[in-house]
Amino acid sequence: MHWNSVSEFFAMGGYALYVWGSFGVTAAVVVGEIVLLRSQRKAILRNLRNELLSEGASS
Amino acid sequence: MKTRVIHWFKFASPQNFYGLAGRMWPWFAALAGVLALVGLWISFFVAPTDAQQGEGYRIIFVHVPASQMSMFIYLVMAGWAGFGLAFNTRLSGMMASALAPTGALFAFLSLVTGALWGKPMWGAWWVWDARLTSELILLFLYLGFLALQASIDDPRRADKACAVLALVGVVNVPIIYFSVKWWNTLHQGASVSLTRAPSMATTMLWGMLIMVVAFWMYAIAVALVRVRNIILERERHTEWVKHALE
Amino acid sequence: MRAAGWPSVFMAVVRREVAVGMKQKSEVLTPLFFFVIVASLFPLGVGPESALLLRMAPGVLWVGALLAAMLSLQRLFATDYADGSLEQFALSPAPLTLLVLAKVFAHFLLSGLPLVLIAPVLGLQFGLDARALGVLTLSLLLGTPTLSLIGGIGAALTLGVRGAGVLLSLLILPLYIPVLIFGAGAVEADAAGMGAGGHLSLLAALLMLSAFFAPLATTTALRISLE
Repeated sequence: MHWNSVSEFFAMGGYALYVWGSFGVTAAVVVGEIVLLRSQRKAILRNLRNELLSEGASS
Repeated sequence: MKTRVIHWFKFASPQNFYGLAGRMWPWFAALAGVLALVGLWISFFVAPTDAQQGEGYRIIFVHVPASQMSMFIYLVMAGWAGFGLAFNTRLSGMMASALAPTGALFAFLSLVTGALWGKPMWGAWWVWDARLTSELILLFLYLGFLALQASIDDPRRADKACAVLALVGVVNVPIIYFSVKWWNTLHQGASVSLTRAPSMATTMLWGMLIMVVAFWMYAIAVALVRVRNIILERERHTEWVKHALE
Repeated sequence: MRAAGWPSVFMAVVRREVAVGMKQKSEVLTPLFFFVIVASLFPLGVGPESALLLRMAPGVLWVGALLAAMLSLQRLFATDYADGSLEQFALSPAPLTLLVLAKVFAHFLLSGLPLVLIAPVLGLQFGLDARALGVLTLSLLLGTPTLSLIGGIGAALTLGVRGAGVLLSLLILPLYIPVLIFGAGAVEADAAGMGAGGHLSLLAALLMLSAFFAPLATTTALRISLE
């Protein structure tokens, strides 16, 4: 462990924008993908339930 | 006499695979999480400061996994595509479609992190070196796959057409890489290469390796989740889906 | 239809395609004019400085040729698909690959060859000397058939799909990149004194590879589209 202080850690030797930018974009992509998948699943289930309901009502 | 044999082929049916994928993905997600934590810890607290690139080199701990996985996923995608074309299985096409968005995102990530690495190190947001340019072309190949899929309404035809495209693409990837390398070496003045990573300490290598596997486990987990969505969507008129909803 | 009849089938298809092309001259000439206009856009965009234009010329002309070749690809199978004759041929005893080869060859004759012939004229606008023009023409001669072969795959995949034109470009252009690199590179290598031999050989290799594999992929794609 070679960080003398928290602020040094965040500064990343002057490369803060680039290092945290990279890890940040990565995190954003991962979180984004997961969120999208969940909402996709919810939408599909919702549509399927609606389809079943309308089928049930009409049968 | 019947011996107990696991009939793997039963999982070729979307219905059975839906259940299997549902049980599998949490394990891969957990693995990805643990490996990512370990990898990140190594990236920031164990790997030493580089002599030439200072702390800036730490970007490789996401850049390299992203590019490696973007290429690997394309190979796997093409593999599923070929399998699907050869054996006319529905699930193979669905797996290829499930992998494509993640692969494209990783290719995009590779380019963005590559730019963020290049700017402080070589002064430019973008350099036309062989690897970055090939990665850009790989992104185009992914986008073409996704666009073709979106344009064809019939899912079976879309899967098969995309399968042909993926196979054509995978054959072309080495040709493209070779031609881009050729182009790059012939045109290069000063030899600037984003691939010239710092001479690696063992801890750096370990950090990278663990992050690569973390990305890999994540990709599998995401693909399994996505294929479940695809299966639900495509098989929605079947009885088992209707039962699964109740 | 015996295998001995295949060459005549091939020639019949080529002849028909060329005849149709000759009748609908606009469909053949428009991509050609597109090539001419695009080639003129670059000097207008970057300025008339001759040294810059000379350096740009191989790349600009190759990109222009590439885009122009792509313009006429949609028509490759579309009309036959629309009137049902594509399906007829698929059901006939002659192999579908034969039709593909014939159509691709006709496409080269109608779109690639005119580009090859007009490129030297455009090259003069960029200040290329006779030797460079020769290498350029040769590179285009070797490259445009490959463009037609690879283009056939895209045309077959996007048959009857909405937005087929732009989608086709998106699919094909990444695959065109090696041809572009070696084609333009041939002229530059020759100008730099390194000789175009390596690049031209690679272009020839790409041509042979695509002549082998592209028709297979195109036929598969056609069958998928026809299902």
